[in-house]
Amino acid sequence: MTLAMTKDQAADADIKIRLRGLSKVFDTKSGPFVALEPMNLDIPTGCFFMIVGPSGCGKTTLLRILAGLEDRSSGTMEIAAPAKGRPSNSMVFQGDSLFPWMTVFENAAYGLRMRRLPEGEIRDVVGHYLQRTGLSKFHESYPHQLSGGMRQRVSIARAFANDPDILLMDEPFSALDEQNKILLQEELLRIWEETRKTVMFITHSVDEAVTLGDRIMIMTAHPGRSKLIVDVPFERPRRVLELRAQPAYGELVYSIWGHLRDEVQRARAQDEGSAK
Amino acid sequence: MTNIAEKEAVPPRATSGFSISRDTVERLLNFASPVFLLLLWEIAARTGFIDVRFFPAPSKIFEQLVVLAKDGSLWVNFAASMQRLFWGFLFGGVPALVLGVTMGLSRTLRMLVEPLISATYPVPKSAILPLVLLIFGLGEASKIVMVAIGIFYPIVINSMAGVLEINKIHFDVSRNFGASRWQVFRTVALPGAMPLILTGVRLGIGLGLVLISLAEIVGAKSGLGYMMWNAWEILSVETMYVGLLVIAILGIAFSLAITELERIIVPWKRGR
Repeated sequence: MTLAMTKDQAADADIKIRLRGLSKVFDTKSGPFVALEPMNLDIPTGCFFMIVGPSGCGKTTLLRILAGLEDRSSGTMEIAAPAKGRPSNSMVFQGDSLFPWMTVFENAAYGLRMRRLPEGEIRDVVGHYLQRTGLSKFHESYPHQLSGGMRQRVSIARAFANDPDILLMDEPFSALDEQNKILLQEELLRIWEETRKTVMFITHSVDEAVTLGDRIMIMTAHPGRSKLIVDVPFERPRRVLELRAQPAYGELVYSIWGHLRDEVQRARAQDEGSAK
Repeated sequence: MTNIAEKEAVPPRATSGFSISRDTVERLLNFASPVFLLLLWEIAARTGFIDVRFFPAPSKIFEQLVVLAKDGSLWVNFAASMQRLFWGFLFGGVPALVLGVTMGLSRTLRMLVEPLISATYPVPKSAILPLVLLIFGLGEASKIVMVAIGIFYPIVINSMAGVLEINKIHFDVSRNFGASRWQVFRTVALPGAMPLILTGVRLGIGLGLVLISLAEIVGAKSGLGYMMWNAWEILSVETMYVGLLVIAILGIAFSLAITELERIIVPWKRGR
């Protein structure tokens, strides 16, 4: 499955998420703050969609709107209805989002428990994803007994176990060291290959975007809007290190950086301006 | 001394062995000071250094304890106080917990109720005893109400503070995973606030003991407070000390029980 296909069929492929003129303005004490300028976006079913952009560009806001944690200010948001009994989306949050008062198992089972699934099914599903993330031995541990990388794996297991139509991931690996990050990216790709869900994944890292994604949306500095959408032509299933050894990988990273650099510099100038 | 300790601490086994023995030493020291004080008291009483009419020897107090235990009156009074504590705790603590957690969850409710709590909290609970006696009479109800009022405040305040201290991300997670209001209460607010709630319970029980003694002194025909007041009237100083001793032991026992409870219901706070 190559990206050429997604590109050619984008018009008629079934679209999972369709945004038209979606924007977000926050009311602050110093007046309205435009977090997102009106955005149009189509994300096909099964697409691993990456969003990169400088800090403060509104990418997390976009994800939170999709997750139902934030209201939009204008525009429309169409999300294809999930199969019956299936949740529309589950989010892997940035930072520590595990419940410290629950064991690894209970954390991973959270979505299923909220949906009141039968106990046997919960055990099977959660057991599967804990095994896939290498956490079976730790199912009775509490989050504070785990390393940062292990905690983030529980968070991923929690989202996958919930079996949502769409996975939303908000910089899930940003707090991890490089070695752990690569291992988790490989794990994520392996688990994703089983189901090929639609994924919307935010990252700071161009490397991560090219490694994981089918498509990459580059966002502008504040106020955020889509600057460019790039297709990633690499075949799946991918192996992170093999992929990075290819010359084409470096070229793509380089060209995306070219588009992103201006935005990062603008964001920096804004920060310096507001600091004065 | 410290030099020796450091040298011995080099191999890992020695470290743990040494620290355990240090633990034991500390525990012994904890026991040593009260025992030493009692011993001193006993000697002072027997040699007539202190007035035994006010400070009877510990051995005499202990003898009286045995007497009261044998004739059953200690148990009757102990049971009466415990029952009032129990009902007071139930009627004061449970609503306080529900109200406090809900206030932590709902900004509107917080805005409505918090001023009432802040306004009434500083009133000394002992000062409202006459009013409580007037409203609820001299029977069981007034004692239970006093305990309930004492326990209500620390628990409602701590429950609310406990919920407000929970990281916002946990509420986002529960919303994203489709939790209902009741599920948010049960899976996020209540367990997240539990460490502070237990601190509230600890404070509440201490206050409950104070208030039950007081309420029983003023208007009761049973209970540890009544026992002590009655002892004053018949000048049985030893019995007064027995009452104090039992209440002190109760306080320690409750405190230990809550520590144990913390280990069981908030295991995730261990080692933090």
